[in-house]
Amino acid sequence: MAALSLSDSRHRTAILAFLGAAAMLGVGFAAVPLYRLFCQVTGFAGTTQRATESDAAIAERIGRSAGAPTISVRFDATVAPGLPWDFKPEQVTETSAIGQRDMAIFVARNNSDQPVTGTATFNVEPEQAGAYFNKIQCFCFTEQTLKPGQEVRMPVLYYVDPKALDDADMKDVEQITLSYTFHKAIDSGQ
Amino acid sequence: MATTADAFQAHTEDHAHDHADHKPGFFARWFMSTNHKDIGTLYLIFAIFAGIVGGAISGIMRAELAEPGIQYLQSVYPLIGVGPGAIDEALHHWNVLITAHGLIMVFFMVMPAMIGGFGNWFVPLMIGAPDMAFPRMNNVSFWLTVAGFCSLMFSMFVPGGVGMGAGTGWTVYAPLSTSGSSGPAVDFAIFSLHLAGAGSILGATNFITTIFNMRAPGMTLHKMPLFVWSVLVTAFLLLLALPVLAAAITMLLTDRNFGTTFFDPAGGGDPVLYQHLFWFFGHPEVYIMILPGFGMISQIVATFSRKPVFGYLGMAYAMVAIGVVGFIVWAHHMYTTGLSVNTKMYFTAATMIIAVPTGVKIFSWIATMWGGSIEFKSPLVWALGFIFLFTVGGVTGVYLANGGVDDVVHDTYFVVAHFHYVLSMGAVFSMFAGFYYWFPKMSGRMHSELLAHLHFWGFFIGVNIIFFPQHFLGWQGMPRRYPDYAEAYAYWNEISSFGYHIMAGSMLFFFANLVYAFVAGKKAAANYWGEGATTLEWTLPSPPPYHQFETLPVIEEHHDYHNHLPREQEPA
Repeated sequence: MAALSLSDSRHRTAILAFLGAAAMLGVGFAAVPLYRLFCQVTGFAGTTQRATESDAAIAERIGRSAGAPTISVRFDATVAPGLPWDFKPEQVTETSAIGQRDMAIFVARNNSDQPVTGTATFNVEPEQAGAYFNKIQCFCFTEQTLKPGQEVRMPVLYYVDPKALDDADMKDVEQITLSYTFHKAIDSGQ
Repeated sequence: MATTADAFQAHTEDHAHDHADHKPGFFARWFMSTNHKDIGTLYLIFAIFAGIVGGAISGIMRAELAEPGIQYLQSVYPLIGVGPGAIDEALHHWNVLITAHGLIMVFFMVMPAMIGGFGNWFVPLMIGAPDMAFPRMNNVSFWLTVAGFCSLMFSMFVPGGVGMGAGTGWTVYAPLSTSGSSGPAVDFAIFSLHLAGAGSILGATNFITTIFNMRAPGMTLHKMPLFVWSVLVTAFLLLLALPVLAAAITMLLTDRNFGTTFFDPAGGGDPVLYQHLFWFFGHPEVYIMILPGFGMISQIVATFSRKPVFGYLGMAYAMVAIGVVGFIVWAHHMYTTGLSVNTKMYFTAATMIIAVPTGVKIFSWIATMWGGSIEFKSPLVWALGFIFLFTVGGVTGVYLANGGVDDVVHDTYFVVAHFHYVLSMGAVFSMFAGFYYWFPKMSGRMHSELLAHLHFWGFFIGVNIIFFPQHFLGWQGMPRRYPDYAEAYAYWNEISSFGYHIMAGSMLFFFANLVYAFVAGKKAAANYWGEGATTLEWTLPSPPPYHQFETLPVIEEHHDYHNHLPREQEPA
């Protein structure tokens, strides 16, 4: 039965098919860093931006030349289950001039009798504001370790990018909520 | 001269029993099978068994939902029940039931029946091949699927958090499936998906290789029957979508067991990423479940209209288009995860575009029947049921595609009604249509047309009574995946549960028909549907010889299955 003998073309097709499947498997795993990169670049899902001092200086000039319109910023703090901390913003809202650097203070306190390390996640609402919310300095960039009973005031230095004024989706946004959640740090994280 | 095709079986009548019909012993034949027809039969038996399990689970769910309150959950699971008082455990069992129902029906009923069963049986026959390209791999695919089913069944009897079993839903969303479910049940459920997925990827490779390399001389891609086209497109979808699921659920496993934080915000991960990965697989998956059905319906409608299918090329490329576009619409399952307006607009528009090739198919089926010499045999009746009910599900699909509308009905019974119209009625009707179309070919025995029609009417009325009221419940705001509900939803839920009895009763006709066929069924001729059935499987006796095509079929230039009938008809 000549038809049943394995010819090269069958192997070639099967190998190509398996390579395709393997490539998609790779794409599946590559999605993890790509998704993070995508969120950081585009501000997707309310991912805030990181800025340097010089970025901030430029933004301040642009904001001032646009007549320094203001926007309200609301601060929100949450503690994930399993972390024995109190965590709250010192101020609930703040009105900042767009482009102007501003500082918000969050207060965290370790209620347990042993040192605990926490790490904060963050995002902003509405989500389209993520691309314009810049942080120059933030406690969320690093892990925080609090000694038993220790209370710390943690600053966030931020500004709202004046480019938001040109975005139609931002037209109706009167308030941006900056939200933090403190989690117990995972030592063996990726 | 008869049709070219008649020549292919000329010799099988004479000495089929000498060469072509030599079968191995029972164990070697069914447990070590490398024969595409036997493996297809195994898949079909397996799918019927899994369908009984999955259908019985939905019976428990409809019984529980027949009236408000918790009636049965404390006593049905696992087998002996948890007793009154253990309400949290009882509610967990509800989650286990919906998870098992979804996973069984998707991975162990629809996919094995459509692709493993009908695909294995008829793709080689229709393209004039002696078998699949890799018969041993075919065997591995089947037993991996069985192993996956066993793993899923096993997961129901080991701890999964609040109670026994994996209660994550078929989507296995993190964090419920990671930090939310301790115990090994979810690991076994995930492992079950790995096994079934690996089996499907091997099967898909096998189909692609078979279709690309083993077509009979003259059987060009554009002369292939539409069922073969549908399996080819499905195989590509499987090959490209399943590995992404494999990656996602592997990350779930490492998040669960090895301390990674792919989907855990505490370590910098994002649970929404899991949803993106899942639905990047999940949306092509729903087309994997329906495309082979499209193929079967095309064969059946053409056969019983005694006309070639209308717009053959349009039909084939509509399936290709559905497959391609199916990969870029996934986030319409995630409208309420906080997508921006622009993202929602894109996914709304892209999703609606799928209605275009789907519409091409619906209208082409109608145009095939138009002016045809229609015979309402059982396969066509099921096919007509398919066309009607799938269109209803398609309309609610276009409706749900709107990001703004979905915000209102997301995760309500409206969604449940929608996807049961396209799957429980679309996919399942096409499978029954295919079953009655090909059962005599596979078994060599005619089924009872009367029982098949009774089965149809009972099933048709039953599933409509089950699922149509669920549209109303959804619009009234009843959330899916809840075992209990407010008094206001009682009326339509009672009717819905009543419909289940009709549907289940109609299944008795199905099983009675199987018994009838094997006990008293007439011997089936080679082409028992007559002149409308023009594809190559009808040129072989029923059942086909163990090794078919002793004479290699040659498809001549004029012999085109789709644009015109063979020049002379001679039902064998």
